Order: sequence, then structure tokens, then C-alpha cells
Amino acid sequence: MLALREYLQSYHSYPGIKIIEWKKREGMVDVPARDLPEILTYCLDMRPRPIWLTHVVNDERQLGNGFCVYLVLHFPGKDFSLTLVAKGIKDKFPTLSLIFPALNWSEREAQDLFGLQAVGHPDPRPLVLHPGWSQDFHPLCKDYKAGQDRKAFKRQPLVFPEMHGDGIFQVSVGPIHAGIIEPGHFRFYAIGEPVLHLEAQLFYTHKGVEKLLEGKSIEEGLQIIERLCGVCTVSHSLAYCEAVEKLASVEVPRQVLLWRTILAELERVYNHVGDIGNMCAGVGFALGNANGAQGKEKLQRLNSDYFGHRFLRGMVVPGGLKSIPGAKDRKDLLNRLLVLSDDFEDWIPLLQEHDGFRQRAVTAGILKTDVALDMGVTGPAARASGLANDWRELHAYLLYAELNVKSIVRQDGDAWSRLMVRVKETRESFRFLNTLLREAMQGPELDDEKLTALAGKKIRLLTPAWGCVESPKGTEVIWLMLDDEGKIYRCRIRSASYANWPAVPLTMPGNIVPDFPLINKSFELCYSCCDR
Amino acid sequence: MLSLLLRKLKIGRLTEKVRNSHLSQGSSDLPASFRQSLHIRHLACGSCNACDWEMAALSNSLYDHQHFGIDFVASPRHADLLMCTGPGSTHLLKAASETYEALPNPKWVMAVGDCAIDGGVFKGAYACEEGISRILPVDYKVPGCPPTPDDLMKALLEMMGKEVS
Repeated sequence: MLALREYLQSYHSYPGIKIIEWKKREGMVDVPARDLPEILTYCLDMRPRPIWLTHVVNDERQLGNGFCVYLVLHFPGKDFSLTLVAKGIKDKFPTLSLIFPALNWSEREAQDLFGLQAVGHPDPRPLVLHPGWSQDFHPLCKDYKAGQDRKAFKRQPLVFPEMHGDGIFQVSVGPIHAGIIEPGHFRFYAIGEPVLHLEAQLFYTHKGVEKLLEGKSIEEGLQIIERLCGVCTVSHSLAYCEAVEKLASVEVPRQVLLWRTILAELERVYNHVGDIGNMCAGVGFALGNANGAQGKEKLQRLNSDYFGHRFLRGMVVPGGLKSIPGAKDRKDLLNRLLVLSDDFEDWIPLLQEHDGFRQRAVTAGILKTDVALDMGVTGPAARASGLANDWRELHAYLLYAELNVKSIVRQDGDAWSRLMVRVKETRESFRFLNTLLREAMQGPELDDEKLTALAGKKIRLLTPAWGCVESPKGTEVIWLMLDDEGKIYRCRIRSASYANWPAVPLTMPGNIVPDFPLINKSFELCYSCCDR
Repeated sequence: MLSLLLRKLKIGRLTEKVRNSHLSQGSSDLPASFRQSLHIRHLACGSCNACDWEMAALSNSLYDHQHFGIDFVASPRHADLLMCTGPGSTHLLKAASETYEALPNPKWVMAVGDCAIDGGVFKGAYACEEGISRILPVDYKVPGCPPTPDDLMKALLEMMGKEVS
């Protein structure tokens, strides 16, 4: 990272660039907004190419900084993350989406929620706020107080691109779907059966969670963070707690790390098993679906029996854990997991060897490697397209460095590859759980006081910190800043679904409309933690 | 095929009896004669998807809602009951009321989960209501964050007037 540091120091020998912090794993650099595109271009030319973790716009006018943009990049292989900060923005900032399309949505969101202008943005349509809100409604500005503006919301027609030509027709689906699914509107432009173009209009479940979090205490915030998305509860709360613990400079004890790793892997296993089943549902393959659903149910019951909640809510708290199972439970937990792991191996071949299913999944919805890279795709979707970006491998957190996690990579980028990545990751997770629980069985019983190390610690205020966790869907990032009273000043949630959704429509052209359920489910993205 | 049969024999029957496990709060005039079958439409209204997954779990082999005559249908036109999850996000209100309008009479609404009942943790956010009852007439409430599939099953059976042992 020395080259990067020297580049930044010598950049035009310009006094506007200030290295605020440069540690072994993290750095933070102040740069003028107008130089951001050039510096980002330099960073993106480095090999291996950096990935984006989060892009935050913050209203710091009360602190005398104007609006600020924080862009957090991670340099794989070097385990180094760099935050570029552009302060003093008044009402516009230069767009970075042309250089790095992954930031497209985040910049559009900043236009909606802060009323800023991303100058030169290739697609400046509103994103998060649907047409129908009043023109000057910019809820994330600090001078906006949550009121009754929603009563004045009058839904206007959504804006979609027009398409002309013989035989082109549109199929419009949603927002309310036929199954038990979250809401989103999809507009297929098709010619015959093949799709030419797909527009995905999301943000129907937008509730304004980031604004709601502001002014809440750390504990109140956790309640909401756990409910960003049902199935990534542990990952979101771990990311949040990591940010809090960074601010409090807390090192959590090994026993806590161990059990946190176990919880994260339990979450991965139940999600992956369920997601594999759901992919089968996407093509009407009832056998695979039934087995996946059974497996998921049994794993969720195990969660409930040993941790008190089917989605593992309430376990992870800032500084530690709420409780951990006793010695006997640890043994039972391991035994039940071993049975479920055998069961998984039992039914997976039924799927892998099913010709009809293979025919549907192989070559469906191909996501090319360079597209995945440019769009900042994460999780199994990225790994199925040849990117080895498992955060458990990239960054040493929890006990993953000891487990020696390797990204499971496939090259084809189709629905089948995404399925196979999940299958292999499930296998690996069962193996990790076995190792971890064996260690846990040797471990001491802990009383509850030892489990939370946060009490009485001094927390840094008005300083940004981020936490990042590999969830079953991909890398989840929570960026946090506390105000001068220790309440949340700004909390930005960049979920894996938020990073991946823009890439889903790009995989559709050339596929037929009935393949969409399969392709959509092969990404298995949430709407809730994307829309917030 | 052989491996399939062997697996079936090994596993045996999965579907369970409903466990008597929870409290649900009935409110309005539910039909006494509602005993044959119940067709449900799910309406996600800004939920965190935990309630939705628990509803989806009802169709797995362990609960198997279909053997009680309960089914989830693709169109509101075919449904008796609207199961709503989430506090009611502003962007969805129009679609939600249109879905309700599309249900044939007689029709009922069930609020599933704490935030569908009163907004839950999302109370006070700028783009959602405080519960689905602000926009639709709720007949039945199932609390929980999320309510377990057992809770949901019991609530559905209770609503249908079936005895739950």
C-alpha cells in the first residue's frame, strides 16, 4: 500500500489532500470532491482491483463540513481498506458512476434523499423515492424532521424507457407477486419469448430506516438493524457491532469470537439450504424444493432450540453475546448438525443428476466476470462469475483466518454455477461448524457478565467506523457515526442485496421470461434490506 | 428412482400435528361455517421478510398446510383471506388497497407479526404507517417477531373454526 500512499502524498502536491489516518489495515484520506474521479481511477487501475465496501453521503453541515461523501474501498490480497472523504460539498458533487458503475444507485439515492446533484450522472432518474413525493422532500438532511409528509404522497406513474419496433411488447409484473415474496415491479421488454431488456423498479418496501436510526441509542439501533432483513439477522448485527466495537476500541474475547463465528455459519447454512431449494421452486422442480424446505426448517428449529430464535435474533450484542449454550447443549447441537449434514449430502445428488433441472439452470442468466467487477457484485453471485471475493478470506475477522477459508469460485456465471457455489459453501460451512463446535465443547462455561465487554468503555464520537460481514447473500457493510451524545448520527446500510440488485436485470437479455424466477432466485436477494 | 424411494422410506412421514403453542387475538365477526377450505393471498407491505419466510415455511413437509384445506393462491380474486406482513410502506399503500379491493366478498384480513399490528420497530419512520390496520380493516392479529409457523398454523385453524388439540 506504500505506492498508493506515495501517490496520494504527491498528488499534484496539492494541499487539499490530507492523510488523516494510515494504519496497518485501514486508512482515511481527505480529498477535494473535484479530485475524487481521478483518484478513484488511479485506485481502480491497481491490481488486484479494489472492491467497494460502501459509499456514504452524510449531512455534516452542523459540524461545519457541508455535505460529505465517504467512499470505502478494499484492496484484496493486502487486507487494506481505504476511506476517501470529500468534505465541504454544497449542492453538487462530480459523479463517479461513469468510472465505477457500482456507485450508480448510491449516487442516485443521494440525489433523492439529500437533494444533492451528482454532476454528469448517466441515469439521474429518481431511485429510492417513487414519483409522488413533494419536490423538496429530502428526508436525510438533518434539518428534516420526520413528520407527516407521507400523508401527502400521491403516487405518480413510474418512468420507464420506451421501446419501439415490430413485435416488441412489454410484460409488467408486480409489485405484488403471486407467491409468498416481497414486492418489486419488473418490466420485461420481450420480442417473442426472449427478453431484450428488463427494468427492475424496487424500493416498494422503503420505510426510511436510515433516518429512523438517527437519534437512537446503540441498543435501540440494534433492534432495528436486526430487522433490516429476516434472514441476515446475524450478519447485520455482527456488522453493526463491529462498527460499534471499533468506536469503543473493544477487543472481544476469543470465546465470543468463536460463538459469533458459529452463529454466522449457522445462518449461512440454513440460508443456503433454503436457497438451493428455492432455486428448484423457480423451475417447478418440487422434489428439490421440498428437500430444501425440509432442511431449512430443521436447521431453523435447531436455531430455535439452542439459541431461542428461529432467525437467531437477539444473540449478538455490542461487545459480546447475549448468552451461549451450556456444555451438554453444545454436544447435542453438534450431533444434530452432523445428522443434517449427512441428510444434505443425501439429497443434493438428486438435484445435481437431474437432467431436466440441469437443462434449465446451465447457461441461464449469465453474469460475465467484467460486468460483475464493474457492478461491484458480491457474494455467491460474484464467486460464480470468477471473482474470489469472499470477505471471510479477504479480511481476517472472527475466527475465519484460523479456519483458512477459501473463496469457492466458478467461472461460468450462470444459475447453475451460483447453485454449485452455494452447495460447496454449505459443505464447507458444515465442516467449519464441526471444527468450531469441537473447540467450543472444550471451552469454559461463561457467565453473562464476561460476555459483554462494552459496559463502561469510552466511545469515540463524531468519528466514522464501519463493520463488514460476509452474509449468505454477500458482503454486508454498516457504516456508523455517533453524535456528541453517543446517539446514532448517521448509519448507512449497504447490504449485499443493494450491491447485487443492479446486476440482476443485466443477466436477463437473451433468456426467456419464464426463466426469470430461476435467475432471480439464483441471486436470492432480499428486497427489504435493499430498500430499507 | 431407487435412491428416491430409499430416501422416502428412510425419512417416513414428516407432517406433524399442530402444536398448541400460542395466543392470538381474534376480533371481528368470523364465519362459523368456514370449515372446508381457506384460500389465502399474501400481501407484503414493507416487512423485513422474516414473517414472509415463516409463512412460506407452512408449505414445507413438516407443516404441510394443504392437508388442512389451506392454500396460498396466486390471485387475490381467488382468495378469502389477505395475510399482511409489514407496517405498510408508503410506496405500497395503493397496491395494497387495490389488492384488497380485488378480493371477492366475503373477505378477511389478518395482520401477521408485530409490525403489521402496530408498526413494531419501524414505528415513526417517514415512509411507513404504524400497522396495516391504518389502511385495511384487520380482522385477526397474530403477534410475534416473527410469529412461528406453529403460531400461524394455529391462528389459521382457529380462524377456520377448527378444533386444535
